[in-house]
Amino acid sequence: MAKVLVGVKRVIDYAVKIRVKPDKKGVVTDGVKHSMNPFDEIAVEEAVRMKEKKLASEIIAVSCGPAQAQETLRTALAMGADRAIHVEVTGPEYETLQPFHVSKILAKLALEEKVDIVLVGKQAIDDDSNQTAQMTAAILKWSQATFASKVEKTDGNLTVLREIDGGLETIKVKLPSVISADLRLNEPRYATLPNIMKAKKKPMKKVTAKDLGVDTGARIEILNVEDPPVRQAGSIVPDVDTLVSKLKEKGHI
Amino acid sequence: MFSRSSNLVKLGGVSGFKQIAARFESTIILGEHVDGKLCASTLSAITAAKKIGGDISVLVAGNKIGDVAQQVAKISGVTKVLTVENDVLKGSLPENWAPLIVSAQNAGKYTHILAGASSFGKSLLPRVAALLDVSPISDIIAVKSADTFVRQIYAGNAIMTLKSKDPVKVITVRGTSFPPAEEGGSASIEALAGASPEASTLSEWVGQELSKSDRPDLGSAKVVVSGGRGLKSAENFKLLYTLADKMGAAVGASRAAVDAGFVPNDMQIGQTGKIIAPELYIAVGISGAIQHLAGMKDSKTIVAINKDPEAPIFQVSDYGLVADLFKAVPEMTGKL
Repeated sequence: MAKVLVGVKRVIDYAVKIRVKPDKKGVVTDGVKHSMNPFDEIAVEEAVRMKEKKLASEIIAVSCGPAQAQETLRTALAMGADRAIHVEVTGPEYETLQPFHVSKILAKLALEEKVDIVLVGKQAIDDDSNQTAQMTAAILKWSQATFASKVEKTDGNLTVLREIDGGLETIKVKLPSVISADLRLNEPRYATLPNIMKAKKKPMKKVTAKDLGVDTGARIEILNVEDPPVRQAGSIVPDVDTLVSKLKEKGHI
Repeated sequence: MFSRSSNLVKLGGVSGFKQIAARFESTIILGEHVDGKLCASTLSAITAAKKIGGDISVLVAGNKIGDVAQQVAKISGVTKVLTVENDVLKGSLPENWAPLIVSAQNAGKYTHILAGASSFGKSLLPRVAALLDVSPISDIIAVKSADTFVRQIYAGNAIMTLKSKDPVKVITVRGTSFPPAEEGGSASIEALAGASPEASTLSEWVGQELSKSDRPDLGSAKVVVSGGRGLKSAENFKLLYTLADKMGAAVGASRAAVDAGFVPNDMQIGQTGKIIAPELYIAVGISGAIQHLAGMKDSKTIVAINKDPEAPIFQVSDYGLVADLFKAVPEMTGKL
């Protein structure tokens, strides 16, 4: 049975309208509602389903970030992960923490914990990078199955249906492997109150990137963060005729 | 006399330095192709590479590439086309492709490696970057200089300008932000020396199911008609197909319409689906969630048809029609 490592990220909640900081160095995060990156919820759910199907023996949830990352890990534990590892990264290093660093951390932990599958979301909705799974797989020299919408175990391999530009693609990957979850992979469960209570007793280990031998030095310098250009307010047209004539005026039809 | 000559020296020094800096840049672009045709995303990446400056090489690899290499050689701005033809490359498995790009990089010592931000580019380039031990930069929307790029974060609600500290910049390029490079070049075509890709034992390509459609490609269509939850069923999407066909438009969808099973996933427009910027975008029965807006708000003209006057889509639409789509869409189709 496979041992699974799931990467989860604490991000600003998807429904929050973000605000750019006045100093233009980032977005306002203090006092803003955060939650688990939606794609990571899907990754956790898939790991838990693997365990329920007796395909996985143990699920280890990992998150890199400041102390609050532990809340996200508790959510993963309440969903069914067995134990958690908090890789503490704070201050300026967290500001410029990128998939480059996180993938090195995940790769190190994957080897230390002797896992067979690393599961992450396809992208985090804050930095929108879509890189961590691919980079983790490269560092480990493992197979990768990105944008997965269905994962099945066949013999010692995984058969994965992937979402690609023109439709769907099926690949077979050898274990160990790194998988990134797309939206259609599953419908994540809600953590029930009894499970939230139980999650408080599950083990959580804290380490630093330095303990793992990973340098979190910045690879980018953030020069500035700005609001996107605002669209000019449009008009409400009374009927289809007006709409069609407006579009004709503009030369669209 | 003295001041004049010192000015000359100064001028010569500055422009000379700029020329040297530009000469040091060299980009290799991963040429993406489907069915013997170069993808539009690669043409946009070539435009981005021109902004970086220096020589531009395009790697054309695959199991059958003859026609594509010829097409690429004619694109203006391309210095050299490097080819690798091998059956191992069928199916675009990153496990097979990434080592190939790394060997091209080792041979050519490029300063930049670019690809379009398609599902192929997104799967592959981060794997290449990790093999080179550099931090990739996803989905850029502008080039400020050879090391400074602009990209969107938070579903397009903030725009970040960043400076890369890595010696090699590995970048995916947002197609809608750079116009496609046009014909008018005559690059040399040569086989990439020393490239003998081997099939990785890590993964195997089984097959694909592509959505068949006679309508224009979503990514490059001038007009897109898009439907959401308001359509209520897959059957009702026919209303949009009829309108789209009359307009020569592509058809897209919101996540709600995809999740409800009205249309396949590859039609999803948004933060996690496709990002498009057509001349005209017609949103029908779409409320306009942040995640959907991320995929279409750079469209030139946005039209919204929705019966809810409070729907957020009306805040970004140029023309809004508050009406029942089941009446308005057939009426509009009839009047075109």
